[in-house]
Parts: sequence; structure tokens; C-alpha cells
Amino acid sequence: MNVLLDYLPEFGRGVLTTIELTVLSFAGAMLIALVVVSCRVSPVKPLRAFAIAYVEVFQNIPLLLWLILIIFALPEIAINFDLFACAVLALSLYSAAYYAEALRSGINSVAKGQAEAARALGLGFLRTQTSVVLPQALRSVLQPLCNITIGLLMNTAITAGTGIPELTAAANAVNVITSDPLPVYIGAGIVYGLLALLISLVTSRLEKKLVIHR
Amino acid sequence: MNVLFDEPGPRGRRRIRIATVVAIVLGAAVLALALNQFAVNGQLDPRKWQPYGTWPMWKYLLNGLGGTLLAAGLVLVLAMPLGLLLALGRLSERRWIRWPARTYIEVFRVVPALLMVFMMLFALPRYGLDLPTLWKLVVPLTLNRSAQLAGVFRAGILSLDAGQGEAAAALGMRPWQAMWQVILPQALRHVLPSLISQSVGTVKDTSLGYVLSFAEVITIGKQLASYNRYLIQTYLVIALIYFVINFALSRLGRWLERRERRIGHVAAPADPGII
Repeated sequence: MNVLLDYLPEFGRGVLTTIELTVLSFAGAMLIALVVVSCRVSPVKPLRAFAIAYVEVFQNIPLLLWLILIIFALPEIAINFDLFACAVLALSLYSAAYYAEALRSGINSVAKGQAEAARALGLGFLRTQTSVVLPQALRSVLQPLCNITIGLLMNTAITAGTGIPELTAAANAVNVITSDPLPVYIGAGIVYGLLALLISLVTSRLEKKLVIHR
Repeated sequence: MNVLFDEPGPRGRRRIRIATVVAIVLGAAVLALALNQFAVNGQLDPRKWQPYGTWPMWKYLLNGLGGTLLAAGLVLVLAMPLGLLLALGRLSERRWIRWPARTYIEVFRVVPALLMVFMMLFALPRYGLDLPTLWKLVVPLTLNRSAQLAGVFRAGILSLDAGQGEAAAALGMRPWQAMWQVILPQALRHVLPSLISQSVGTVKDTSLGYVLSFAEVITIGKQLASYNRYLIQTYLVIALIYFVINFALSRLGRWLERRERRIGHVAAPADPGII
């Protein structure tokens, strides 16, 4: 275990990069997912088609290939981002497909009568959505959103394959110096576990606060 | 129409028509912009695409696809029974079976597959365990996938009505007999769609073979691209290959789910296999 303490700065930077990747990609993915799911449930046919295509394309092609396409293939058509931005972009685009599906199932799980009742009370479209439908939709999908976010955290490891110095890459780097692999990798695994636990804890706090009494 | 919208009136219909036209124009503009970006950088040159219409190129790519499907098949064949066993362990009444199963599931649910692949690559050889490249990919993916499959199987078993087990007990069946002859056959049907979506995830997982230089389809693509320099063409063709396989699989899953629902079984919610 001394290895971990000796190389604390390297590990620390790796953990920090992993957290940055996760937080930024979470924000990006949620933003894209909101746009996609709005298209998906809109009455405009081409927008619905776009949303369906988005989800199918991003769910059926592996994240690693998206990373490679964005990092190595896009420069071929003169579109360049720096490496970290590429990683965040790929993670956001990829995870957004999953968040969008989860949000959609949340909207579908709200009983139709809820919206009808809101309209009968004279609420307009926006009030109906923002104070009746969406709050219920979001609460009912907190657990799936949590699982997808833990998946996103684990997926940040894949960026190590393309040279992002996050936790998994840091473990590799420290292993090369110390050649004492077992504590290094187990330590990294424990950190991933702790970060996942943190995401679950935040979710269960939110759930307790937002629980719907039926 | 869903919960968000009422049946639109004349004004609403007109607005929808306008939005439809705007969306089509916008979409066409984006597409034109993208094609233009390809064209000005010379990437639409037929010479750069033509190799992917020839048989030798496809023969090479299909070799990679073979590696991908071999690894995915092995992972599924190993992870399914293991996942089922873990699910049964997790539901066991004996603490000394339940806890190890639970620990296994919780641990491998949160440790990234790639970290375990690197462990196979860099850590275990130092302790004298140097597996062939295929197994350096298959073993960590199996550990990872079996934990996820355990969750799927468990949800399927729990989705059954308690009366099923009680009726089996009333007929004098032992618990394991009830599980084997009454509960599992029904539970497995319920989770079939989820199993298919897990197989999509498994096919995508095998892309991690890239870091091992295992001859799966992305590794093969990298070799091709470093040889002919047609990066964007090569990786787009590979994206298409993944899309065709996984789209077919996910369609199959959805078709099975619809059929289950029609027969009247309530399917366990299909969870998208992440990664």
C-alpha cells in the first residue's frame, strides 16, 4: 500500500481528471439529452425521426469508436479539438442517448390524466409541463439516471485508451515506474468504487427529498 | 400523442406544419454543411472510398469482425450461466451464499472493464499468470458482464408473482425444484429482451480489444488506416459494421418484447447495456 502513498500526486491528478471528465460529460450529456428528448416527444415528425436516429446511432456504436472518430478522423475534414475536449464531447454525445431514453420513459410513465387535469384547471402548455408533468417524470427516473451516471463514470476509463491521463491511465503510469501492479490497480478500483458510491449516495438523498407519496 | 400534448386544433396543426418545414430545411442545411466539409478537404474523392467496395478489403475487415464476434460469443456463453448462478446466490436464504454473490456483483458493477483489461495485461503476468490475448479480453469482460446479467436475472425472478412459488410449494416441490421447474422457465422468458440488449453491450465491449491489439474490428481498422491513410473512410465503414450488427440485435430484442407483451407476460424493463 506504500506505493499508493508514494505516488499520491500522480494518482491525485488522475482522480481529478476522472472527476472532471465525469462532471463535464454529465452536464453536456444532460443538455444534449434534453434537446433530443424534446425532439422525441414533439409533434413534429422530422424532429422525432432525428431523435430516434440519434439514439440508435449512439447506442449501437461503441464509445471507443466514437473517441477514435472524433480524435483521429475529424481532423481529416479540418475539425480539430484539443484532446480533453474530444473526450468530453464523445462521452457527452454517447451518454446523452441513454439519458434521453431514460427521460423519455419517465415522461411516458406520467399518467395521461395528470396533464388532462392540469389543462382542465386552465394551466397553459408551459405551466402544465413545468409544474405537473416534468417534475413527476424526473422523480420517477432518478434511479435509472443514477445507473447511467455510474456507467458514465466507468466509461471515462475508456478514454485512457486514447491517451487521456485519467485514473486508469495514471494507474498504468505508476505501474510502469514501480512495477508493483497489484496495489496500484486495486487502489484504482477502490477509488472507482468510492466515486460510484458517492453518485448513489447523492441520488438516494435526492430520492428521499423528492419522493412522491401516492 | 403522449401525455405532453392534446390533439392539436387548426392553429396547432398549422404551427406543426411550419415547424416541420423549418426542421427539414435546417436538417438539409446541416447535411449540406457536413458534405461540403468533406468535399473541400478532398474526402469525397471516389478513389478514397472505392477500396471499400472491393472484396480483398472486406475479407480483411471480416477477419476483424470474426475476432469481435468470437470474443463477444465467448463472453456471453461464459457470463450467462455465471450471471444466473450469481442471481440465485443473491436470492439465497443462506447468508454465506448471499454475501459473496452480493459482493461480487457490487464490486464488478463499479470497476471499469478497461481497468481490469489493463490488470490482465500489466499486473497478472508479473505474478506468473500470462493468458493468451483473447482471454485477456474475455476474462475481464466476463467478470464485468456477469455482474450486470445477475441484476437482469434477479429482476426477472423477482418480477414473477409470489403465488407461483407458493403454488409450487403447495404441490410439495422442494425450493430448488420450484425454482428450476416453475420459476426459472417463466423468468427467463421475461428477461429475454434484456438479455438481447446485454448482448449489444457485449459486442460493444469487445472494442476494448483495441488496447490489447487483439484482432477485433477496430484494431484491424487501425492497421488498415495506417497502411492506406484513409482514416475517416475506414472508421466510418467500421462504425457502419457495428451499427448493422447491433441495430439488428436491438430490433430483435424489441420484437421479442412486443411479442411477450402481446401474449400477456409483463416483460421486465429492458435496460440498455451500457458501454
